[in-house]
Amino acid sequence: MSEAIHCESLSNGLVLVAEPMGWLESAAFTLLVPAGCVYDPAERSGLANFTCEMSLRGAGRRDSRRFVEDLDNLGVERSESVSDAHVRYSGATVSANLPAALGIFADVVRRPHLPPEQLEAARQVMFQELRAVEDEPAQKVMIELRRRHYPDPWGRPSQGARQAIELITAEEIREFFGRRFRPNGTIVGVAGRFDWPRLRDLVGELFGDWPSGDESPVEESPPQRGSTHVAYDSNQTQIGVAYDSVPYRHPDYFPAWGAVGVLSGGMSARLFTEVRERRGLCYSVYATYHTLRHRGGVFCYAGTTADRAQETLEVLLGELVRLGQGVQTHELDRLKARIKSALIMQQESSAARSSAVARDWYHLGRVRSVEELGRLVDQLTCERINAYLAEHPPQDFTIVTLGPHALEVPRGVS
Amino acid sequence: MEFRRHTLPNGLEVVAECNPAAYSTAVGFFVKTGSRDESDQIAGVSHFLEHMAFKGTAKRTADDVNRHFDEMGAHYNAFTNEEATVYYAAVLPEKQEAAVELLSDILRPALRRDDFDTEKQVILEEIHMYEDQPPFGADDKCKAAYYGPHPLGRSVLGTVESISRLSVEAMREYFQSRYGAANIALVGAGQIDFATLVDSAQRFCGHWEPARAQRIVESPDPRQGFQVIHKPAATQQYAVWMAAGPSATDPDRYAAKVLAAILGDDTGSRLFWELVDPGLAEHAGLHHYEYDGAGLMVTTLSCEPEQVEGNLQRILDVYRAAQRHGVTDGELAQAKHKVGSRVVLASERPRNRLFTVGSDWVQRHTYRSVRDDLDAVAAISLDEVDQVLQRWPPSHGMTVTIGPRDQVKPPA
Repeated sequence: MSEAIHCESLSNGLVLVAEPMGWLESAAFTLLVPAGCVYDPAERSGLANFTCEMSLRGAGRRDSRRFVEDLDNLGVERSESVSDAHVRYSGATVSANLPAALGIFADVVRRPHLPPEQLEAARQVMFQELRAVEDEPAQKVMIELRRRHYPDPWGRPSQGARQAIELITAEEIREFFGRRFRPNGTIVGVAGRFDWPRLRDLVGELFGDWPSGDESPVEESPPQRGSTHVAYDSNQTQIGVAYDSVPYRHPDYFPAWGAVGVLSGGMSARLFTEVRERRGLCYSVYATYHTLRHRGGVFCYAGTTADRAQETLEVLLGELVRLGQGVQTHELDRLKARIKSALIMQQESSAARSSAVARDWYHLGRVRSVEELGRLVDQLTCERINAYLAEHPPQDFTIVTLGPHALEVPRGVS
Repeated sequence: MEFRRHTLPNGLEVVAECNPAAYSTAVGFFVKTGSRDESDQIAGVSHFLEHMAFKGTAKRTADDVNRHFDEMGAHYNAFTNEEATVYYAAVLPEKQEAAVELLSDILRPALRRDDFDTEKQVILEEIHMYEDQPPFGADDKCKAAYYGPHPLGRSVLGTVESISRLSVEAMREYFQSRYGAANIALVGAGQIDFATLVDSAQRFCGHWEPARAQRIVESPDPRQGFQVIHKPAATQQYAVWMAAGPSATDPDRYAAKVLAAILGDDTGSRLFWELVDPGLAEHAGLHHYEYDGAGLMVTTLSCEPEQVEGNLQRILDVYRAAQRHGVTDGELAQAKHKVGSRVVLASERPRNRLFTVGSDWVQRHTYRSVRDDLDAVAAISLDEVDQVLQRWPPSHGMTVTIGPRDQVKPPA
């Protein structure tokens, strides 16, 4: 089982958290830079995403071609994305290549070329991303749901808006990079096979002399919520429903999360059983818990043929309301069994653990080991979940539908 | 790491890659049947039957099946493709026997009429869902146009028409003919107790009728062409382009995978630098797919509608340049590093090994360790890649494009 989790805070504010998994051949990293899309200026939505794209077009002594070639030659399976709070760079490779991969990404976050001659190509990539979402109705409905449910800027999509992306200049990208890419708030999560003293020294060399930046608070404005329909030419109607929950750092997180697990998770969970198995209303239906640092939400989805969408919405909302009446022991027991094996199977993936340790540090300022998570899940009881649900029954739903016809929201549930 | 095999008297094969150091255990039944074993009349029955396996058995209701999987904390599912239907569960080692019992029970499903009627709605929803998603059925349409009447041209999901008219009797008959013990392998990976696995197989599957099913493998007679499907509601234009590639038993298949990585991987490939990096296409890629007696080199593209002609031409030019001048040492080394690293990373999870070991077994009746696969990739030479380019040029084939454009000029 997992060994002690290492942690090192540099004087400039950067934090390295690392979980040794000596039984693996691989090692993985997750680099979170506090430059997410909540920091996009109002009239420049998409700026963080654009900056992330530009940061990959050459850094340090590598031009963009050399950058990709070197990572490929190191066998790094990588991905980059932008969330509300972070630009996230992650990669996994065989253990011996981890130091070289981290060196390349230190260049990316500290010394990117942001080459002006590639600005237009990168802008086209941003447009491509926006257009791709237009053709993915299931993704589109959930983006719109999040935008309406969370206060702005926490619900905004990282892809931004076309008009804003058209206006973004190379100077604005350099300015955003200078302001938001900094060590304070940056988290380097590592998991897998590595030598801790060497890793600690390496991260110190790569990031130790990176000067800190200033904090800038995020101003919130209240969400619109309510229910809305987006007209869309498709066979199926997409249904998205959201309601409030507590954040990951909250003392009630485990009961809140457990209630969502009873609703959706394994195939014996309530939504799958009632909406798909009993009634055959859809192929895909789920509810998922999502957390920001200071608030949480539950986001539910179902996609179904237009003429059965009304019934699907009613059954879905009915299950959410019924959840407020509580869960039963056998449902919790199944959830615990699933989580117990999922936690053990996390030990087979350095990428999964590197992401988990970085995420824990952001939300909690510490890392929950797999053993601690196992204990916390074991301690969860129906009484605690039901007490939580009695106090916070699913209600005040934000509803977004997307498809050929609008649906009627049943009275008294929204 | 040890490979073990055993055959039951009724012909059911039990194979496993046993890794005592693994944290979990993955087990699965690989049934050698898929859409290529159907007729047009019952198109989609293999996949529909896969759904019906979860709808109950002689001793379990549908609720019981899902509940019992969840109670053992299983990570489980099933999938169907052209040649196989696979039912699997990843569990903690102490649940190995329970997982095999449950999986073997659902491989003898009740196929009750009421469940069949309800599940038919779910299948139709699944078909509608894919019709609403990129590439809006262009992949199935391209396969149908490329293979023509050959069984590989059939959609795995079937069509709204074939599913709507399918009867439960026809499904039962298909089940009888395809789910005999001799057409099934029980596969294990991870921390497997092999003696117990064989014992479980004997106890839970030993009574299955042996019935060996035949597959008629005819050589396909692929077509070339260019088709445009008008879909005004789409925002992007999509293209799927199929050409012949090495089959599942062709020694060229490793070189074909490395070639696909050189020309059409997500990053660092020729298509990436020509189309994706400059922002001309959202996606452009090349992949190799292998079947019994046939193979495919599949190019996929998504881009702004106005740019589709230019992009198809660029892809064709990339392929022609490679066919004419070959690829470089540097490109070959880069692709080998990338493919090799993927093999290592994927192999850390027993459930990934399950799929690799299982498909090696049902497609080729061989076992290959991670080391064997790494060695095979490392040994590929420039000559072999060139040979694949000459033998299997990705530039010749069938293209289907779908999107807002009602007319698209083919590349020249």
